[in-house]
Amino acid sequence: MNTVIWLLPALPLLGFLLLAFLGAQLNRTTVACIGIGSVSLAAILGLYLAINFISAAPASGYISQTLWNWMQVGSFKAGITLHYDALSLVFVFVITFVGALIHIYSAEFMGHDESFARFFAYLNLFVCSMLILVLADNLVLMYLGWEGVGLCSYLLIGFWYKNSKNGIAAQKAFIITRIGDTALAIGMFLLFKELGSLIITDISQHASEKLTKGSSNANLIALLLLGGAVGKSAQLPLQTWLPDAMAGPSPVSALIHAATMVTAGIYLIARMHAIFELSPIGMHVVAIVGAATLLIAATSALAQQDIKRVLAYSTISQLGYMFLALGVGAWWAAIFHFMIHAFFKALLFLGAGTVIEAQHHEHNMLNMGGLKNKLPTVFKTFVIGSAALAALPLVSAGFYSKDAIIWYSLTAQNGSPLLWLVAIIGSFITALYTCRMVVLTFFGTSKTELSYLPGPKMHIPLVVLAFLSVVGGFIELPHNFGHVTLFSHLVENVLPATQQKIDPSEFLFQLIAAGVCLSGIFLGWKLYNGSREKIVNLESGGVFKFFLNGWYFDALYKILFQQPYYFMARINKNDVIDKLNGAIVFTSNWLSNQLASSQTGSMRWYIMGIIAGAIMILTLQLVL
Amino acid sequence: MILVWLIIILMSGGILAWICGYFLTHLSKWIALVSCLISLIITGRLWFDLYNRIDLQNQTGWLMEFSVPWIKPLGITFHLALDGLSLTLLLLTFFLGLAAILCSWREITSKQPFFYFNLVWVLAGITGVFLAMDLFLFYFFWEVMLIPMYFMISIWGSERRIYSSYKFFLFTQASGLLMLLAIITLYFIHAHTSGYYTFDYDQLLTSSLKSNYSLFIAIGFFIAFTVKLPLFPFHTWLPDAHSEAPTAGSVILAGLMLKTGAYGLIRFVLPLFPTEAIQISDWALMLGVISILYGALQAFGQTDLKRLIAYTSVSHMGFIVLGVFSFNELALQGVVLQMITHGISTAALFILAGFLKERLHTRDINQMGGLWSLAPQMGSIGLLFAMASCGLPVLGNFIAEFLILLGAFQLHPVYTSIASIGLILSAIYSVRMMQKVFFGEVQNDHVTFHDFNSREKTIMALLTIAIVFVGLYPQPFINMLQPSIKSSLKLQTEIKNSNSNEISPQKGSIIHHK
Repeated sequence: MNTVIWLLPALPLLGFLLLAFLGAQLNRTTVACIGIGSVSLAAILGLYLAINFISAAPASGYISQTLWNWMQVGSFKAGITLHYDALSLVFVFVITFVGALIHIYSAEFMGHDESFARFFAYLNLFVCSMLILVLADNLVLMYLGWEGVGLCSYLLIGFWYKNSKNGIAAQKAFIITRIGDTALAIGMFLLFKELGSLIITDISQHASEKLTKGSSNANLIALLLLGGAVGKSAQLPLQTWLPDAMAGPSPVSALIHAATMVTAGIYLIARMHAIFELSPIGMHVVAIVGAATLLIAATSALAQQDIKRVLAYSTISQLGYMFLALGVGAWWAAIFHFMIHAFFKALLFLGAGTVIEAQHHEHNMLNMGGLKNKLPTVFKTFVIGSAALAALPLVSAGFYSKDAIIWYSLTAQNGSPLLWLVAIIGSFITALYTCRMVVLTFFGTSKTELSYLPGPKMHIPLVVLAFLSVVGGFIELPHNFGHVTLFSHLVENVLPATQQKIDPSEFLFQLIAAGVCLSGIFLGWKLYNGSREKIVNLESGGVFKFFLNGWYFDALYKILFQQPYYFMARINKNDVIDKLNGAIVFTSNWLSNQLASSQTGSMRWYIMGIIAGAIMILTLQLVL
Repeated sequence: MILVWLIIILMSGGILAWICGYFLTHLSKWIALVSCLISLIITGRLWFDLYNRIDLQNQTGWLMEFSVPWIKPLGITFHLALDGLSLTLLLLTFFLGLAAILCSWREITSKQPFFYFNLVWVLAGITGVFLAMDLFLFYFFWEVMLIPMYFMISIWGSERRIYSSYKFFLFTQASGLLMLLAIITLYFIHAHTSGYYTFDYDQLLTSSLKSNYSLFIAIGFFIAFTVKLPLFPFHTWLPDAHSEAPTAGSVILAGLMLKTGAYGLIRFVLPLFPTEAIQISDWALMLGVISILYGALQAFGQTDLKRLIAYTSVSHMGFIVLGVFSFNELALQGVVLQMITHGISTAALFILAGFLKERLHTRDINQMGGLWSLAPQMGSIGLLFAMASCGLPVLGNFIAEFLILLGAFQLHPVYTSIASIGLILSAIYSVRMMQKVFFGEVQNDHVTFHDFNSREKTIMALLTIAIVFVGLYPQPFINMLQPSIKSSLKLQTEIKNSNSNEISPQKGSIIHHK
């Protein structure tokens, strides 16, 4: 079984290579077959591995496969070695399975695009990089995947490169995530300095021996790793790239900017739990970052008019929940919410893509409406996805995953009432903006004629994801009803179990969460199911403008970083250092001219010079 | 003897290309190509033969040596020697030499015979620099590579070629003079202490030099090599020379000639002046970090594509200084890998800029844009090497910069952390370059733009394979380099281990002396 792990990333890689080299010659059907086929095969292989792993888990808790020795210098060693355990299993499942569905959807969605092959090539490369990221046995290899997904994200945001706006969004995403990546790299250097190894199993085994709990180095490493995580996962203060990343095609937003890549930060922190457990400060910062982000992003989502930007901010906010869970020490809950979120958010993005495509590329929700009857399948699945996002009690998977986080934000090791309060307020706003989105898009009067009706390749993924968004939650039920622990049991092979410091009545808190969610939905229905003028009036206030612009983080960064950098580059284009050399040249020229001007050819001046010189020498002799 | 043959083949190939070119112009490039190819094959054979002989544990002596007395009364020997470091760099020299010849194939139309003579002689000079183990001989080859390069820029360059070639010549010549002074002083001091005159590297190495002047000698070497590298603030010749030189000139300048500076630091400054190197290391590290950031900032501000790439070189060479003066095995491995991978990736970018100039007759990136849709292959290659330049894993540059930073961090966490900002800045200039050149709207006036032809494809395929290979499997190079790197660092490690307290009072006394 451990000899086939390499095929997981190798299959999409093969797909990428085929499409990159032969893509121009192949027809669309072949391209789609290669693109979908490679990821689907990986998904099947992933399922096979998962079943084998769960039925007969190895004693060590992981299986690994070394392909070759990447580099070895002195005591530093990094291999192209894959490491498969329960945590990788969950990520591999989501990446390949959701990935395959999105590939199928793309075959129709991108069907008329002139760069069809290029699109699938990038997508396959992305899946390959993402799989390497979650299967890497050392941090250097993980960094390879980490940068690889960043590159694919850059290329796919800017996929329609002729429009320079897309290019700007792509550059922004690449540069801002790169800031996080650099923090991660420095974290790796420090980790190596302290531990002498970057192999993940070494780190989890020896971290507690070599780093003392709460020491400044442990805190520093944890914060630097967190820096990498906030970059990729679009958390405060590096969250600004994700809303703009919506310039990419919708399947890209679904796969990269909702389901998989943006959760790399969650993966990193979970994977490095041994380090974070040694740094209580680091854990608190993770929780605070998550809480602050979830609130800021949720309020921003409330004011957006572009349907994809609503979803983008909602993704940031949901990722905030995951960070919160990690920070309070509810490790499995974060991973569980990651998986459920991948299902429903991919569904919502794909649904939104269909809606936009069907209405002449209209993104503004205020210009939509009445699609309920025109796109019935899309409507039904979108509502299911929205229910999961809003955490509709009992029937949606989102309820089970999010409720666990809200519960642990109060009761887990690092939980506190304040964090719980933020989580519950966030939950209310989430329900509100979700309801707003659904009402504006699907209810009310019809505004536009449909330009396009989705076919089966777009419907099937929607239905499958909708199904998962409902039943996905049932594999893990709270202990006061059902008490199913399939998921946490699996993940806790790798991650530490969640410690609770208090144990109040869980039922009461579930009731509060459910009530908050329902009241949010109710308020949303009341507010937005009316005339559009009223809504526009409601949202023209200053607070909404503040939210619409994402709390003006962009403007702030522009003044703080972008403009000074531009300014420095512009004024010094001709390199001030070169002026120094210029000065030497100028001085020698000037001196040469001065001396040359003494050479007049006139005898009188020469004689005068000789006499003057003679007098000077004589005087000097007399004086000295 | 085979080492001498390498130089003879190139030098006679150059002369032959010049002479035969007068009878049949096309013959000259073929002769140049063949002589470079033969050298490449010889070096490749040497690599495979010697690879198994590398002893990872024990690092003594040369893999191959050739020594005959040259000017006996002055103690000058014709001493060539080869170790893993020189062998690796020779491989790079001939590989890039081949690329340089191939990319000039259509670009150079006037005075072809003399052009190929110069090109091959530059390669010969570089080969000599990498092999010479006699300081006099080293200086000789140092000049041999300079003068043909001067001709290449001043005859086949673009508009401001005269200014640029002067500037290039004066900078390198002035710094070369410093080196000559340093060499001669070293020669006399050695003679004074040991009683016999010699320029031989091995002998200078074994005698322990203790003199008040040794710090100044070390600085002389240091400046000579870092001007070549170039290090901030000596970098200003580079953008001019690069942007005006013909493509082959830029390829050799960036890919090889800058590396002779780095090579000099590793080969001469570290082993000959171990204590002095430690003394100047703080300054060197600081300048290295400034180079990294300043070069990246400048690259971002440029509108001339070749100037832009030139400034990225300044930035990347900063990493080399950072690595060399960390005196750490990891970092030094990274330095040599950086020499190789930066050679490949920058050569590729310059060649690409040359192709664009042949088609568009401009280097101004504001007049480009949208070229991806006209030439997707060119765009993909541009993307690949832009990403190599900003250190994307899978491509060799990542390994190099990662090892440098990882190694340097173990000793100088603050410098390294600041240097790491270079990773962000390199991303900024790389994506800007991609956006300006390949993405965005197509401009109307290049509708006739065509993608790679088969010759261009071959060059790019070779460079791509090379950079990916180093990125995925650098271990053969690391093994090959290990003995040389260990011996370069031997003295530093000893000093550090034995008398870490002794350095600081000495440092104080020097400040006092001033």
